[in-house]
Amino acid sequence: MTSMTHRRSARAVPAALAASALLALAACSFPEDAAPREASASNPDAGSAGGTVTLVTHDSFHIDEQLLADFTSRTGLEVQQVAPGDGGALVNQLVLTKGNPLGDLAYGIDNSFASRAVAEGVFVPYSSGEPAAADAAAFALPGDDTLTAIDYSDVCLNIDDGWFAEAGVTPPATLEDLTKPEYQDLAVVPAPTTSSPGLAFLMATVAAFGEDGWQDYWRALVDNGVKVVPGWSDAYYTDFTVGGGGDRPIVLSYASSPPFTVPEGGEEPTTSALLETCFRQVEYAGVLAGAKNPEGAKAVLDLLLSAEFQAGIPESMYVYPVASAVELPSDWVRWAPLAEQPLTLDPAVIAEGRDGWVREWSEIVQG
Amino acid sequence: MSGRRRRTEGTGAPAPAVPGASVASRRRPAPGRWLAWGLAAGLPLLFLGLFFAWPVGNMLGLGLWPEGALDLGGFGEVLSRQRTWRILGLTLLQASLGTVISLVLGVPGAYVLYRTRFRGQGAVRAFVTVPFVLPTVVVGVAFRSLLAPHGPLGFLGWEESLWGIVAALVFFNYAVVVRTVGGTWAQLDPRAEQSARALGASPARAFWHVTLPALAPAIASAASLVFLFCATSFGTVLVLGGMRYGTIETEIWVQTTQFLDLRAAAVLSVAQLLVVAGALAVAGRARAKRERAVELATEARAVRPISRADAVPLAVTVLALAALALPIGHLVVRSLRTPQGWGLGNYLALGTTGGANTLSVTVWEATANSLRVAALAAAIAVLVGTLVAIVLSRRPAARAGRRALSLMDALFMLPLGVSAVTVGFGFLVTLDRPLGLPVDLRTAGLLVPIAQAVVAVPLVVRVLLPVLRAIDPRQRQAAATLGASPRRVLAAVDARVAAKPLGLAVGFAFAVSLGEFGATSFLARPDAATLPVVVFRLIGRPGEQNLGMALAASVLLAALTAGVMLAAERLRPGTAGDL
Repeated sequence: MTSMTHRRSARAVPAALAASALLALAACSFPEDAAPREASASNPDAGSAGGTVTLVTHDSFHIDEQLLADFTSRTGLEVQQVAPGDGGALVNQLVLTKGNPLGDLAYGIDNSFASRAVAEGVFVPYSSGEPAAADAAAFALPGDDTLTAIDYSDVCLNIDDGWFAEAGVTPPATLEDLTKPEYQDLAVVPAPTTSSPGLAFLMATVAAFGEDGWQDYWRALVDNGVKVVPGWSDAYYTDFTVGGGGDRPIVLSYASSPPFTVPEGGEEPTTSALLETCFRQVEYAGVLAGAKNPEGAKAVLDLLLSAEFQAGIPESMYVYPVASAVELPSDWVRWAPLAEQPLTLDPAVIAEGRDGWVREWSEIVQG
Repeated sequence: MSGRRRRTEGTGAPAPAVPGASVASRRRPAPGRWLAWGLAAGLPLLFLGLFFAWPVGNMLGLGLWPEGALDLGGFGEVLSRQRTWRILGLTLLQASLGTVISLVLGVPGAYVLYRTRFRGQGAVRAFVTVPFVLPTVVVGVAFRSLLAPHGPLGFLGWEESLWGIVAALVFFNYAVVVRTVGGTWAQLDPRAEQSARALGASPARAFWHVTLPALAPAIASAASLVFLFCATSFGTVLVLGGMRYGTIETEIWVQTTQFLDLRAAAVLSVAQLLVVAGALAVAGRARAKRERAVELATEARAVRPISRADAVPLAVTVLALAALALPIGHLVVRSLRTPQGWGLGNYLALGTTGGANTLSVTVWEATANSLRVAALAAAIAVLVGTLVAIVLSRRPAARAGRRALSLMDALFMLPLGVSAVTVGFGFLVTLDRPLGLPVDLRTAGLLVPIAQAVVAVPLVVRVLLPVLRAIDPRQRQAAATLGASPRRVLAAVDARVAAKPLGLAVGFAFAVSLGEFGATSFLARPDAATLPVVVFRLIGRPGEQNLGMALAASVLLAALTAGVMLAAERLRPGTAGDL
C-alpha cells in the first residue's frame, strides 16, 4: 500500500513540475514574442482596441516592415505571422483547426483549394471597404462572401529562348506542341501531388482538353518524355537549362518569371513564358471563423487590399495585385505580361474533380 | 518460471531488486528513492506524451474515429490497393539498403576516427556530421546535378533510381553510425583484444570474436537510428527518386496535405508504426543478446596512433569521406558562382533579405534565430535524453521491470519513426491549450525548439545508453556498499563515464535541431525564420541571386554544424579518471 501511494505521488510531481516548467519556458523564451502574447493572454477580448492579430499564411508571404510598423502605430494592432504550409496543406490545416483556429485571418488560399475551405465553413463573411475591393470582387468565388482576392498570377510553361535559337528549333507555343516529336525529352514539370504550380498545370490541361480528354494528353506527354519532379525548385534550378545548367529548355513556372532572367548588364530576359499555356491562380484572404480578434482581422485584411500593400505585391511576392490602380514595375510591363486568355476552370468543377484528377494523374504518370 | 529467471540473472552480475537500488538500499527502503526514479522516468514520459503521443494519437483518432465511432473500413480499403503494398515494399527496401551500407562504411569509420589518433582528426569528425544537417532540398540539388546524365557522376546511371536514393540516405546517415559506434569504441578496453592476439588470434579473428561482440549493442543502436531515419525520409526519396519511388512517408504526406484523407493517412501511419516497431524489436533483441558489462577504459589507453595495420579500415574511410566530400564540394563550388562570375557575392548577400526582398529577415538574423532555437532545443533534449538514458541503463531483477524498460526504450525512439506530417498536423490540432494552460503553443515560438527536441532525444539516448549500459553494475553496488548515496553513485560512476559521450550528445542534439525541417516546417514563423526555412524559401524563387544565396546559406549551415561538433568534441567536463 505504501509503495502505491509513493508511486502516485511520484507521478503527480513530474506533471506539476513539467507544467510549471512549461509556463516558465513560455514566459521567458522568446523576448520578441513575449510582449504581444502576454498582452493577448491577459485581456483576450481587447481585440477591437488594439492587441494582437495572428495572420496565418504561407512562407511566400512578405510585407514591407515599414508598412507594418505604420499599421501598428495607426491601429495599435501587432501583427503576428505563422506559416504552417501552403497550397493544400494550408487549407487542410485550416479545416482541421476550424473549432479553434490558428489565428484571426488567413491569406494564401488559392483557387485550387479554396472551395474546400469555403465548403467546410472555415471563414466568416466580410467585405472590405477599400477601393480595391471592387477589383477583388471580379475574382470572387461564385456565391461566396467570405474570401477576398488579394493577388493573382499565371502559371505557364517557360522556355529558354537562347537554347531554341542555338538549336535552330522553332519554340513551342501551345500545350499540344509538347507532344510533338521535335520537343521530345525537352520539358520538365512539377507534380500536382506535391506542388501547387504542378496542380495548376494539371488543371490547365483539364481546362484545355476537358475532363475526359486530359488523360490522353498526359499519356502523350509521358510518351514524349516529359520529366516530372516533386517541386518547382527541382524543375527550375536543376533540370531547366537556364536556372541550374540542366538539360531541359521547357519548364513550368510563372508568367512573372522571365524578368528575373535578365542577365547582369543585359537588356532582355533569356526566357519567356508561353502565354497560351497559362492557368490563372488567384490567392484569397479571409477572416477565420472563431477568430479571437475578428475586428483586428478585418483591419489586416483591409491592409492587404490597401494601395500601399497592393503596390508592393509584384516586388515582394512575384505575383500581380488585384488592384487595377496599381502601376506595375516597368520590367513587368515589358517582360511579364499576363495571358490574354488564361485557361480557367469553374470553381465548382474544381471542387468536384480535383482529388479525382490528381489520383488519376498519379496512376497515369507514376503507375 | 523462477528457474528461468535465475538463469538469466546468472549470466550477468547480481542485479538489484528495484531500479537502481543497491544492496544498502534494500536494508533501508527509502521512499525518496521511488520518488527520484519516478521523476526520472515520469518527466520524460510526460514530455513525450504531451509533445508526441498526444498529437499523433489525435491525428490517428481523426482518421479512425471520425464521428466518435471506430471506423476500421480504411484498413480493408487501403490495404487492398496494390499501390500500398508496393510502397511498403519500397520503404523496407530502401531503408534496409541504406542501413546496411551505412553500417558497412560507418563501422570502419568509427574505428579510424575514434580508436586511432592522427592530426586533424577533430576536423574530420566534425566534417562527417555536416551532411546530417544539410537541408534536403539543397542536397537534392547537389545530388541531382551530380547524378544527371550530363553531370560528373552521370556515368553511374543513378538518376531517378533506387541507388540514387540509397546513396543520399547513406550520405545523410554515415555520421550517425560513426558517432554512435565511435562513442562506445573509444572507451572499449583494448586489453581483451590484445589478450586474444597474444593467444595467437589473427587481427581479423580477434576483431570478429572479441571487439565486434562488445560493440554489438552500439552497432544495433546505430542501425535502429539509421533505419528509422531512412524509413521516414521524405525529401530525399521524392527529389532523387523522380516520383517513382514513393514510400509510406511520402504517401502519408500526400494523403494528409493534398486529399485530407485522414482515414488513409491513419492506416498508413499504423503501417509505418508497425514497420518501425518491428525494426526496433529486432534491434532491441540484438542489443539485449549482446548487452553486458564490457571493460571500459579511458581513451588514453584505448586510442593509439594510426598505423599501417589499419590499412583496410583506413581505405574504406577515405573512400567514404571522398563520397561525402563530393556533394558538399559541389555545393561550395556552386555557392561561389554569382551572376557576375566567380566570387563571394552570394555570401555578401547573406546580410540582405535577398533579391526583391524574398525574405522577411536577413540570413544572418535567421542564423541567430537558428542558434537560439537550437540551443534551447539541445538543452531540453539533453535534459530529457539523459534522464531517459539513466533510467534505461538500470537492470531491474523483475521481468516486468525489464519489460517496462525495453518498452520505454522503444517509445522514445518512435519520434524518429513517425511521419513528420502526422506530428506537425497533430501539433496544430492538439496544442491549442496544452494541459488546460492558457498558452496557444501552436503559434508560440516555443513549440519550435520543443518539436526539435522531440526528434533529438532519441539521438541523445542512443549516444549515452550504450556507454551507461556497459558499466558493470558491480561498480555501482561497490560504491553503494561503501556508503555512497544513490546520487553519489550516479556522480561517481555514471557521470564520469558518460561525460565524454555527453559532449557528443549535446553536439548531436544541437546539430539535429539546426537542421530539423520536418515537423518544424508546420510551425514556421516568417518573422522569426530559421536557416532551413530561409534556404527553403530562397530556393523556391526564380532568380540566380536567390539560388546563390540559398546555396551560400546552406554552406553557412554546414560550417555552423561543423563548428558546433568541433566544440562539442572538446567539451569534456572534468577528466575521466581511471575506472
